Amino acid sequence: MTVAAGIVESAHPLLDVEHLTMRFGGLVAIDDVSFAAAPSDITAIIGPNGAGKTTVFNCLTGFYRPTVGRLTLRRNGQEHLLERMEGHHIAQAGVARTFQNIRLFSQMSVLENLIVAQHNKLMGASGFTVLGLIGMRSYSDAEAEAVELAKYWLEKTELVERADDDAGNLAYGQQRRLEIARAMCTEPALLCLDEPAAGLNPRESAELEDLLLFIRDTHDVGILLIEHDMSVVMEISDHIVVLDYGQKIADGTPEEIRKDPAVIRAYLGEEGK
Amino acid sequence: MLGTFEYFVDQTINGLTLGSIYALIAIGYTLVYGIIGMINFAHGEIFMIGAFHALIAFLVLGLIGITWIPLAILIVLIATMVLTSIYGWTLERVAYRPLRGSPRLAALITAIGMSIFLQNYVQLLQGARNKPMQQLFSGGIELMREGDYVVTLSYLQIFIFLLTITLMTVLTLIIHRTSLGRSQRACEQDRGMAALLGVNVDRTISLTFVMGAALAAVAGLIFLMNYGVIDFYIGFLAGIKAFTAAVLGGIGSVPGAMLGGFLIGLIEAYWSGYFTVEYKDVAAFSILVLVLIFRPTGLLGSPDIEKV
Repeated sequence: MTVAAGIVESAHPLLDVEHLTMRFGGLVAIDDVSFAAAPSDITAIIGPNGAGKTTVFNCLTGFYRPTVGRLTLRRNGQEHLLERMEGHHIAQAGVARTFQNIRLFSQMSVLENLIVAQHNKLMGASGFTVLGLIGMRSYSDAEAEAVELAKYWLEKTELVERADDDAGNLAYGQQRRLEIARAMCTEPALLCLDEPAAGLNPRESAELEDLLLFIRDTHDVGILLIEHDMSVVMEISDHIVVLDYGQKIADGTPEEIRKDPAVIRAYLGEEGK
Repeated sequence: MLGTFEYFVDQTINGLTLGSIYALIAIGYTLVYGIIGMINFAHGEIFMIGAFHALIAFLVLGLIGITWIPLAILIVLIATMVLTSIYGWTLERVAYRPLRGSPRLAALITAIGMSIFLQNYVQLLQGARNKPMQQLFSGGIELMREGDYVVTLSYLQIFIFLLTITLMTVLTLIIHRTSLGRSQRACEQDRGMAALLGVNVDRTISLTFVMGAALAAVAGLIFLMNYGVIDFYIGFLAGIKAFTAAVLGGIGSVPGAMLGGFLIGLIEAYWSGYFTVEYKDVAAFSILVLVLIFRPTGLLGSPDIEKV
């Protein structure tokens, strides 16, 4: 078995997608796609509209059951087979996600959005609500810790001043950042971002790049990125996977992808014919 | 007598007692509607089952000789809430969860089916005759007097108000201060997203049914102690009145259900007191029709936000 040189150095990548196929009746949305994502790498999935990028995310996060294929997440020496797990177990295993169309809890405060993301820790500490209601020490400690983590990410995303506002009242760019902060509050190993730069102005895009690089470098989180903004993709990705009509047409470093004839064909059409 | 202030106060007390029952049941309708968007028409039957559990628990305690009333009531309260919650949990697990993804109509018809099933189940097990229970405590505080007409606030009514207010406070705390409450509110807004953050959606929904059933059980206990007679059919009317209350307050809104419950109780009491007892149900249901025509979102409800 050969792995594209210089992309995945370890034999145990963070995420292994093997022979992923997703059919909806007669429509083949993803056709036998395999790739790997290394820990602490930014792996971009790109491709024209309808290439099946979001479908990959939906398979990874339990929204769809893949028709064929295996999705393995490795964390702390444990292997999780994502294609067999339910949504909330996938989240507990360490996969977090944001959406193309923002899905915040718009009627909850910014802070609460981040606390909900730490639900599992708190639910355990609250003795399934009963102890928390009596005001047990262990619960108030756990809650204080949850607020600390939330505060940390609010600072990183520059949302501290808005902590008590309803999430629905934030500006668009702020909502995008809050989604990432919320995903990070689940303390994931793999962060899946579906077009995080969509609708951002150039300054906001640059801030987003910094945030993603910070997450990769300081938090040891692998990032899977769907993005149409090629400047963002080329600048921050360590590794790019290109899909077209549900098939993988290229896989490599940004330099390799830039020169790849199959990619150029898919994006620009046949030349000189 | 009819025009006096004393009479008005008396009717208000009656209305609030009745309203406590409606409000506690209405919360169950509103919680379930909030989280899965279905009207659980079997909820009235859960209330009726709660009343039966309370009666049976009182009889058992009487048999084994626990007669100190505060202790007896405490034990009955806990036993009734726990046993009735099991019914609420089972109802969701067996009848509603398998239909989670199907059209709303399927769930609605199932709820009606479960309502009929539970009525017949209790009728078969307990018989169709009225079940009486003796009054546990009498007496009260004399509030005011106008000639022969005495307005009293009975100890039972004080107990009912305190119990209702305590439970509502606890519920509000759960919803706003605990992890469970937060996940309930999160599921209410976006179940798929909540699951992606690690929230166990199925369990959250189950616990919502359990909370609704526990409150309906207390309503059953109050009904039993206040009226002293129950039968297998009490859940139907009380359930529909409580549903009216939930719609009046704004279905999906917990404070709305509380407010709506007390309002329906008061409307019914004033109507019976000043007009005629026979038409008290007509009064309550006219409110339902008027609310649905003129303010479909209820008093405290927010307009339904279209989900993406």
